[in-house]
Amino acid sequence: MTADAPVLVVEGVSKEFFGVRVLRDVSLSLAPGRVLGLVGENGAGKSTLMNILGGILVPDGGSMRLDGEPYRPRGPRDAAALGVTFIHQELNVFSNLSITDNLFLTSYPRLRPLPLLAKRASRERARQLLREVGLDRSPDDLVETLAPGERQLVEIAKAISTDAKVVIFDEPTTSLTARETEKLFDLLRRLQARGTAIVYISHILADVRRVADEILVLRDGGLVGSGPVAEFPTDRMISLMVGRALEQLYPDRRAVPGDGVVLDVAHLSQPGVVADVSLQVHEGEVVGLFGLMGAGRTELARMVFGLDPYASGSVAVDGHRVPPLDPRAAIRRGAAFVTEDRRDEGLLMDFPVVDNLAMVALPRFGRGPAGVVDTRALVAAAREVGKSLRLKTASLERQPARSLSGGNQQKIVLGKWLLSQPRLFILDEPTRGVDVGAKYEVYTVVDDLAARGAGVLVISSELDELQGICDRILVLRRGEITGGFERGAFDAERILRAAFGEPARRASAQDVAEETT
Amino acid sequence: MPRPNDALTDPERPAGTAGSSGSGGAAAVLRRVPRLLLSQYLVVVLTVVYVLALLPFTDGLLSSGNVANVLSNYWPLLVVAVGQTFVLVVAGIDLSQTSIMAITNVVAALLVTQAANPVQFSKSPFWGNLIGPDGGPLPASAWGVAVAVVAAVALGALIGLGNGLAVSRLGMPAFMVTLVSLLFFSALAIWATKSENVVDLPDAYVWLGSGDLLGVVPVPLLLAGGVAVAAHLLLARTVLGRRLYAVGTNARAAAISGVPTARVVTTAYVISGICATVGALLYSARLEQGRPTLGANQLLDVVGACVIGGVSLFGGKGNVLGAALGVLLFVVLANGLNLLQLPFTTVMVVKGLVILLAAVLDVLRTRGLEGRT
Repeated sequence: MTADAPVLVVEGVSKEFFGVRVLRDVSLSLAPGRVLGLVGENGAGKSTLMNILGGILVPDGGSMRLDGEPYRPRGPRDAAALGVTFIHQELNVFSNLSITDNLFLTSYPRLRPLPLLAKRASRERARQLLREVGLDRSPDDLVETLAPGERQLVEIAKAISTDAKVVIFDEPTTSLTARETEKLFDLLRRLQARGTAIVYISHILADVRRVADEILVLRDGGLVGSGPVAEFPTDRMISLMVGRALEQLYPDRRAVPGDGVVLDVAHLSQPGVVADVSLQVHEGEVVGLFGLMGAGRTELARMVFGLDPYASGSVAVDGHRVPPLDPRAAIRRGAAFVTEDRRDEGLLMDFPVVDNLAMVALPRFGRGPAGVVDTRALVAAAREVGKSLRLKTASLERQPARSLSGGNQQKIVLGKWLLSQPRLFILDEPTRGVDVGAKYEVYTVVDDLAARGAGVLVISSELDELQGICDRILVLRRGEITGGFERGAFDAERILRAAFGEPARRASAQDVAEETT
Repeated sequence: MPRPNDALTDPERPAGTAGSSGSGGAAAVLRRVPRLLLSQYLVVVLTVVYVLALLPFTDGLLSSGNVANVLSNYWPLLVVAVGQTFVLVVAGIDLSQTSIMAITNVVAALLVTQAANPVQFSKSPFWGNLIGPDGGPLPASAWGVAVAVVAAVALGALIGLGNGLAVSRLGMPAFMVTLVSLLFFSALAIWATKSENVVDLPDAYVWLGSGDLLGVVPVPLLLAGGVAVAAHLLLARTVLGRRLYAVGTNARAAAISGVPTARVVTTAYVISGICATVGALLYSARLEQGRPTLGANQLLDVVGACVIGGVSLFGGKGNVLGAALGVLLFVVLANGLNLLQLPFTTVMVVKGLVILLAAVLDVLRTRGLEGRT
C-alpha cells in the first residue's frame, strides 16, 4: 500500500428515515494525514453521514472501505476497534470520573490473569497520552474540574490511545476559547503528521478553510461540491450550501402585521447564553428567529416563556410585564409555547387526544367549587379546534396521541394552546419530524394565527421555511442578534452570513468566546 | 367520558396499538401475555379463583361471620390505599402513611380517653398537661369525639403537606422524604405513649369503627365508601384529577402547559395524609384503643394492593376502583391463609409473591404502553 492510498473510501452511501431521503448517493475518499472539511446547513445530512462512518447508523445503500477492507461497523465500539473514532459535539465524558477512568473506560488495562484493573499502569499510560495532547493535568483529576477545551483534549487523547486511523470532529470549537481553539489546531496538525486522517465538521467556515485540505459540501442529503480547499472560498461554500431556489412550498401570507406590540423583549441577558437581546413581535406578525445550533434560540424562547432564568432585562406580553421563571404568569398574559420536543415537553403520549388538547385550557371547563370537568363542553371545544386544524384522528376521546403521525401530533400541541386563545405563539422548530405534506398545514396554521391577530415567533433551523412564512427574520449568533431582515429583502446568503458571523468574524467571535469562559 | 385510565381496559383499543409501535423484548413478551393478565380486572379474577380454590379446605370461608370479619378489615385499608393511589398517580410514593396512622390515632385517642392508668402513662411527656388520671382533655360526648377527629385529620393533612412540599418545592426524592417521615412519626407515636395502648375510649369514638346506622348499615362502610366515591369523582371528573394524571405522566409537558405542578403534587400528599388518618381512626375505633404501632406492618399491603389493582408505580395510571379491588384481594388473601391456619411466615411469603406479581405486571403494562426499549 502506498502512502497515498486512501485510508477510507465511501461509495454511494444513502440513508432514509421513514421514507425521507436524508442522504443520497454520497461518495468520498480520504488519504492518511489529510483533513476533510465537511460543511452544509443544519439538516443537510452531515450528522447522518458521520453517524454512518462512526457505526451509529447503518446505511441503506452504498459501501465503505477502510484500508482496502470492507468496512461495516456494527456499532460505535466496533468502529473504534476498527480505527474510526468520533469526537462528538456533545462530549461523551463522565464528569464524575477521573481522566484515567475516562480514557480507559472501554479498554482498561488488566492485571492478567486477575480480573483486576491495572491502576498504576493505566495512570502511567494516561500521563503519556496527556503529554501527547498537551494537557497539563494529573491523570487523577476529575473530569468535572476541567474546562470544556480540556475535556475535548481528553476525548482526543482517548482517540489516540486506540490508534485511530480516522478521527471525526463534529463542531469541535463551539465551546472553546480562542486560545483553546489554537491548541486544538496544533494538535490536529500533529495528528496529521502521524498519518491520521481527519474529518472536520464545522459551521465556522473560516476554521474549516484553515485546517482542511479538501472540502465537501452537502445540501439536502446530496453532495453538491467537493475538491481541494483552494477551490472553495467562503463565498462559494455558502452559495453551494444555500443552493436550491424557493419553490411554492408555502401558503400565501394573508395576515397583515398591525401596530400593536404583542411581545416586547428588552435587553435580555444571561451570561453565556444570550447577551442584550431586544426584539418585538407585533399583532398579526410572524417573526422568524434563525441561528445555528447552539446560538441560543431555544434558550431565548424558554426565558421569554418563564422556563429558564435570566440575569437582566424584561419581557412584556401585550404590554404587561411578565415575571421571570413563571410560565403560568406568561400563559395568563396570553403566551403559548410549542416546544421543539413534542414527546417530552408537549404531549401525554398514552392519553387520548382530547386530554392532550385540554391540558392548557382545562380550568375553563371546571364547574362548581370542586371543579368538575364539563366533559361535553370540553369535547365540543376540542372538536372545533380539531376541525380548524384539520386534525386527523379516528376518535378524539379514544385514540392515544402516540398512535398519530408526527404532523397530527404537532397539531395537537398547537391545538391545546388554541383552546385558550393566546396572543403570542412561540413555536420552536414546529415542523421538525413532520412530513412534507403536514408541513404545509402547519404553515397554514401559522398564517391563521397571525390572521387572527396573534403575534408569532418561529424558531427554525431551516432558512427556507422561515423565508417562506415570516414577515421578518432575526438572526441570533452566539446569544446576540446579529441581523434583521424584512420580507421582500430576504437574502439567504446575507442571512447565513449573519448567522455564521462572516465576514468580520474572527475578532468578535474570539471576544465572545473569551467572555463566556 | 374519556378517562385516562380507560386506556388499559378499553375493549375498543386495539391490542396491537401498544406493542406494534415498539420493538424489543418487552413488546414481544407482551404479545404472548393474554390481555386479561394486563387488565386491571385481573385482580377480580384472582380473588374469585382464590376463594373458590380455598373453599373445600376451609371452614366457613363464606360464613356471615367471616365475611363481616373480612369487611371490617377491608374498610380501613381501603381508605389508606385510596390515599396512596393519589400519590402513586403523580409518580410518587408515600411510605409515611403507616406512621401517620400511628401518630394520628394515638393523638385522637389521647384527646378523648376517659381514664389513663398512671402506672402506664405517668412517663408520657403529656402526663399532667394533656392527659391525667381522668384521661384526655375532651369530653366523651359526640362533640368531643368530633373535635378529636378534626384534630387528627388536621395533623394527618399537615404531615402530608410537609411531605408534599419537600417533594415538590425542594425537589427531594419522594422515597427519601416519606421514609424519614415514616421513621420520625412512628417513633413519635411510641414516645408520646411510652409504647402503651390508649384505652377507655368513649362510645361515640368506638361507634365510628363498629357502629350501625339504622341498625343495618355499618358506619365504617359509610365512611370508607364515602371517601372512596369522593376520591373516585375527584380523580376522574375534576380539573384537579386530570392534572394529577398529567403531572404523573409528563411533568415537564404539564408545567409548560401551565399546570401548577408543585401545587398538584403537594395536594396528592395532603390527600394521602388525610386518608391515612381516616383509615387509622376506623381501625382504632374498631380496636377500641389508640395504638402507637397501628398499621406498622401494612405499608406493603397498601402499596401492593394499589399496584395489583392497576395503579402504576411509574405514575399517571390507575384509579380508585382498581385500588379498591386490590385491597379486597389482599384482605381476602390474608383471611384465607389465616383460616388455613398457616404460620405467619408462610403468610408473609405468599403476600410477598403477590406483591412481586403485581410489580411484574406493572412493568409489563408500562413497557407495553411505551412500546420502546
